[in-house]
Amino acid sequence: MRYLLALLLILGLTAAVEPKASLPDIEDEVMCVECHTALNVSTAPVANQERQFIREKIAQGLTKKQIKAALVDAYGPDVLAEPEAKGFDLSAWIVPGVLVAVAALGVALMARRWRRTTPVATPDGPDLDPDDARRLDQELATFDR
Amino acid sequence: MDNARGVPGVYPPVITLQGVRPRLYWPISLVAAALVALLAYGLTTQGTDTSIDQSLQEGKRVAAPVKDLPELGSNATGSLADQKGKVVVLNVWASWCPPCQSEMPLLQRTHEQIAPEGGVVLGIDTQDSPDDAMAFLRKKNITFPSLRDRDREYGRDYGVSAYPETFLIDRKGRIAALRRGPVDQAWLDANLPGLLKEKA
Repeated sequence: MRYLLALLLILGLTAAVEPKASLPDIEDEVMCVECHTALNVSTAPVANQERQFIREKIAQGLTKKQIKAALVDAYGPDVLAEPEAKGFDLSAWIVPGVLVAVAALGVALMARRWRRTTPVATPDGPDLDPDDARRLDQELATFDR
Repeated sequence: MDNARGVPGVYPPVITLQGVRPRLYWPISLVAAALVALLAYGLTTQGTDTSIDQSLQEGKRVAAPVKDLPELGSNATGSLADQKGKVVVLNVWASWCPPCQSEMPLLQRTHEQIAPEGGVVLGIDTQDSPDDAMAFLRKKNITFPSLRDRDREYGRDYGVSAYPETFLIDRKGRIAALRRGPVDQAWLDANLPGLLKEKA
C-alpha cells in the first residue's frame, strides 16, 4: 500500500511539473502538410490553419502530446516532422544506424590492419650502421673544437 | 614504404582501394547497392502518378479508384461506389486552399443543376481540420456531400498533386475528364452535358 501511494505521488508530481504547451515548442516538431517544410518556417495558408489549430488546443489546456495526437487525427501522420517507425519511413530510422555500424566496422578493420603492418619504432630511432656512426662522430667532433 | 629519411616502415602505409581486402569488396558493394535501391524506391513511390492523364490523352477512360472514406461531418463512411449509375463531379478540396474557396459556389450551382439529371458533385476534403472544413461548408452554404481523405491516400490514387483538382466520372464509374486546377463554367459546359446524356 505504501509503495502504491509513493508511486501515485511520483506520478502526480511528474504530471504537475509537465510544462505548459506552447506554439514555438510544438511548431518545430510539426510539418506544413502541403509545403512539406517545418511549420515554424512556413507561411502557407494551411500552415496558418495548423498554427490556429495548435493555439486552440493550447487554449483548451491540452498537453503537447495530446496536441500532437490531435494534429495527427486532423491532418494525418505526415503532419509530424519525426517519421513514423513503419513502412518506408522506417528506413529513416534504420539506415543511419546501419551506416554507423558499417563505418565503425570498417574503421575497426582498418585499425587492426594498420596496427599489424606498422612496426613499433624505438624511441631513439633505428641503429646507424658503423660507417654512418663513424662519420657522425667525426662531424660532431668538429663542433667541439 | 620508406619515410623521408630513408628509414623503412616507420610511417603507416597510405590507405588506398588496393589496400582493401578482396573479401571486403562484396559487403561494401552490397551496402552501396542497397542504399541506391532504397533511394530509387523512395523516388519512384513518392512521385506523382500521371497514368490517368496519359490514358485520357489517348482517348481511353479509366476506372475511377474507389475507397471507403469517412463522411465529413458524420461518423458514417461512404465512397464513390455509393453514387453508382450517376455522373459524378469529384472535386478534391481543402478549406485552407484559396482557389478551392473560389470555385465552391460554381460547384454548388453545378450540383443543383445536374441533380435532376442523375448527376452529383462529390467533395473530397483533404488534409484539413474537420472543424474548419465544416465551418467552411456552412459559410459557403454547400450542400453536396464530402468525404474526408485525411492522409491524402485516396488523392494519390488519382495522381493529385495540388488543390483543387476535379474529375468527371461517367455512369459506369470511369474517369472521363479531369482538371488539375480550378474548374470554370466553360470546362464544365464542354464536358458535363455529353456525360449526362450517356446511359449507365
